[in-house]
Amino acid sequence: MHHVVVERWSRRSSPLHARDARAKLGALLAFLVAISTTPPQAARAFVAYSALLAVAIVSARLPFQGLLGRAALVLPLSATFAAVTWWSGDPARAIALAVKSFISGLAALLLVATTPLTQLLNALESLGVPRPLILVVQFLYRYLFVISEQAQHMRLAARCRQGLGLDRRSRFYAAAGALGVLFARSWERADGIYRAMLARGFSGRFSPLAPARFGARDFAFLCAAVAASTAIRLAL
Amino acid sequence: MSPVIQVRGLRYRYPDGTQALDGVDFHLDAGECVALFGANGSGKTTFVLHLNGLLDGEGSVEVCGMPVTKDTFVKVRAKVGIVFQDSDEQLFMPTVLEDVAFGPVNLGLSPQKAAERACAALEKVGAAGAIHKAPYHLSSGEKRRVALAGVLVMNPDVLVLDEPTTSLDPPGQRDLVKLLRGLPQAKLLVTHDVEFARALATRAVFFERGRVAGEGTVNEIVQRFSWSRALDE
Repeated sequence: MHHVVVERWSRRSSPLHARDARAKLGALLAFLVAISTTPPQAARAFVAYSALLAVAIVSARLPFQGLLGRAALVLPLSATFAAVTWWSGDPARAIALAVKSFISGLAALLLVATTPLTQLLNALESLGVPRPLILVVQFLYRYLFVISEQAQHMRLAARCRQGLGLDRRSRFYAAAGALGVLFARSWERADGIYRAMLARGFSGRFSPLAPARFGARDFAFLCAAVAASTAIRLAL
Repeated sequence: MSPVIQVRGLRYRYPDGTQALDGVDFHLDAGECVALFGANGSGKTTFVLHLNGLLDGEGSVEVCGMPVTKDTFVKVRAKVGIVFQDSDEQLFMPTVLEDVAFGPVNLGLSPQKAAERACAALEKVGAAGAIHKAPYHLSSGEKRRVALAGVLVMNPDVLVLDEPTTSLDPPGQRDLVKLLRGLPQAKLLVTHDVEFARALATRAVFFERGRVAGEGTVNEIVQRFSWSRALDE
């Protein structure tokens, strides 16, 4: 499961992991603004953005291959738009579109892979994101584990009873039925989890065990990241 | 001595029309350990969910002299700790430490104090080694222990355990009995495990179709309702 691996990464320790989530969010925002406003012809700028990310990945002590593979998940979507742009006669813009989306995805993934979700959501809340939205993300993330576990159990049970195998049509019907059952079960399970949370005094807020502190190093990191992104955008 | 839990005429109907509780009267004294027996669907779990306001039926429920109402939910939930039947429903934070500290933080403790208490609770249930693990990486037995720690850490006056021996191996069950014997809280055990109940409970209550059908010692109830696992009768 991708989210399990990424969550495990987010709990490692490195200079980048140690930075306050707000500083990392600010750095990501500056990076995304810079890359999204870079002209398609500025190939050297894209190389520089990639180098900047490579430095960040090295300082985060995360595996390059794993990160690149996961960031590539955005490619099917962006490749569709890039293909349409290519056919409309603008290959440079098409390539830039795919490159920008991949680098942006990698940068966002790097943030998630170096920041535990609770810290990230608390940072977003402190930056003014509405609480209901934060809660929806938090619950969605928690329930992903629940749903994927249920799905794995059902898949195993289905395989045990598959016997000599089903034709494609029967397999489709079985999968559709399983999806319906999965939805109902997930609903029940989610209800149970919420009840268990209420039983332990949950009142609508997840409080982190280690409250965030925005220190001088975080400020320096934010300034350096913003300066680097701006410099690449303006100079190359 | 006034009971820590006093329930009078409790009725509850699920939205689909099923009458789950049909006039339950019950009391639990301080320090007492009571086993709740009954067939699946007899209303045991529905009943315990009323004890800290997770369900709201007709009748009255009092915890330590406080009526369970919306205004008292916070205090009541600090006094009644429920260990749910399915540990996966109880463990939802990214790490064991954060999960066990979830309750104390909600009660208003500082993060540092909550973490200290969480460590102590994990030590008490023998799960200190799992402190930095993710809950979904634990075995069923470990999940049970951590779920119990998540409730003990709130230092409740009443401990409600719903099918506590589920997914525990025999040594795990023995450890749980030993642990529960050492706890001063009043305990309510919802269980099908007669041996477990015999080891801990001084009184048993039998639920049938949403009502209390009988009350007595564990042996009396087992005999009266033929509530044993003898498979060759």
